[in-house]
Amino acid sequence: MLTKRIIPCLDVKDGRVVKGTSFVQLRDAGDPVELAAYYYRQGADELVFLDISATPEGRDTLVDIVERISKEVFMPLTVGGGLRTTADIRRMLNAGADKISINTAAVLTPNLITGGAEKFGSQCIVVAIDAARVANDSKPRWEVYTHSGQKPTGLDAVFWAKRAVKLGAGEILLTSIDADGHRAGYDIELTRAISEAVTVPVIASGGAGNLEDLYEALVDGKADAVLAASIFHYGMYSIRETKEYLAKRGIPVRL
Amino acid sequence: MENRAIVIIDYGAGNLRSVANAIAKLGYQPRVVNSPKDVLAARTIILPGVGAAADTMAALKKLKLIEPIKQVIAENRPFFGVCLGLQILFDGTEEGGWHECLGIFRGRVRKLPAGLKIPHMGWNQVKQKIAHPIFKDVPDNANFYFVHSYYADPEDKSLVAGETEYGIPFCSALAHKNMVATQFHPEKSGEHGLQMYRNFIEFARQAK
Repeated sequence: MLTKRIIPCLDVKDGRVVKGTSFVQLRDAGDPVELAAYYYRQGADELVFLDISATPEGRDTLVDIVERISKEVFMPLTVGGGLRTTADIRRMLNAGADKISINTAAVLTPNLITGGAEKFGSQCIVVAIDAARVANDSKPRWEVYTHSGQKPTGLDAVFWAKRAVKLGAGEILLTSIDADGHRAGYDIELTRAISEAVTVPVIASGGAGNLEDLYEALVDGKADAVLAASIFHYGMYSIRETKEYLAKRGIPVRL
Repeated sequence: MENRAIVIIDYGAGNLRSVANAIAKLGYQPRVVNSPKDVLAARTIILPGVGAAADTMAALKKLKLIEPIKQVIAENRPFFGVCLGLQILFDGTEEGGWHECLGIFRGRVRKLPAGLKIPHMGWNQVKQKIAHPIFKDVPDNANFYFVHSYYADPEDKSLVAGETEYGIPFCSALAHKNMVATQFHPEKSGEHGLQMYRNFIEFARQAK
């Protein structure tokens, strides 16, 4: 049986991991290579790296980091942040990334999804969607935002997810802007709406505060994977205890 | 001399670097090649793959690697096909219409059944159907990392070394003489994956 994936997400700025440095076990918890190796040993199913420096220098640093990580860590790596062209995608894949994630660029130039899928295969094109609930609507509805959640697009999230898949996305990384950072649980309704609308796997992101939240995203939200940052980075839960908890509640996980 | 070199065939597939990194991690020397001459000179060969089978066949054809690959397999040199490197061993694939493949084994590559998320992406269990050196120190039903939308359906079921369930049970590992192939990615499957490459290299070393 296919197991549900538990994915720590590392935000990298100018070559350093931001958020979470409470790992007493690590010499340097800001070093992405060391942190990646730590999560690998703990049994994470995949790692996501997002470059938030959004500068050419930051991206060059990330290529170097991915190269170093892929020599030590033998698990799937997804890299995103500021990738705009198929040349950018190729560079990350050649460095050792298995998948790349595109967000703003996918909305601005949907052809990038198709071009990437044709050149490298759908399986490595993750379309990241940041969505926020539209207030005062009779029916629940979510709008897609770009530029790190700053810019509303007018696009309906369910519509965009379906279109992204049609264009060639092999996976959707879905973040609820409303829930992100609040540690009060994922937006379950949004997660389920997207997961039921598309035929590709959906990673739920934004809002994880405890293990029950992960369970709900997987069961009620029908997500195929859950991504979290702070609950892992600040050492609230280890990957191992997360998986043991989920296994106890009947979720198939890789232990 | 060359004995520690493990030849990895490069036809432009994305994940080749990960395979090379895994081989290097085990203390062997990966040698990435894309010429007929280098393939024909190889003693131990890995054919990685990711993407679409038709593209892989087209790329191999363009590089004039089809005949050399068939030849090294016919000569029973140790060979490890990964993902598409397993699928293209069969007669053909239904991916994007019908595309002929290498035809080493009878059978076709079919789309995974509808109703489940496609691609089949993530960690899933491999049930070991036969005892084989490739499984040394790998527990039965260990999890490996998969990412694919099509699966190989061999006519000769005795080829099946490992089986995985996703809607249907399918052949996730095969073994025949000095050949092995996996639908999953050992280079992305943690310590068990590395162990399978280690086993393959040891198996190749002892192969006649």
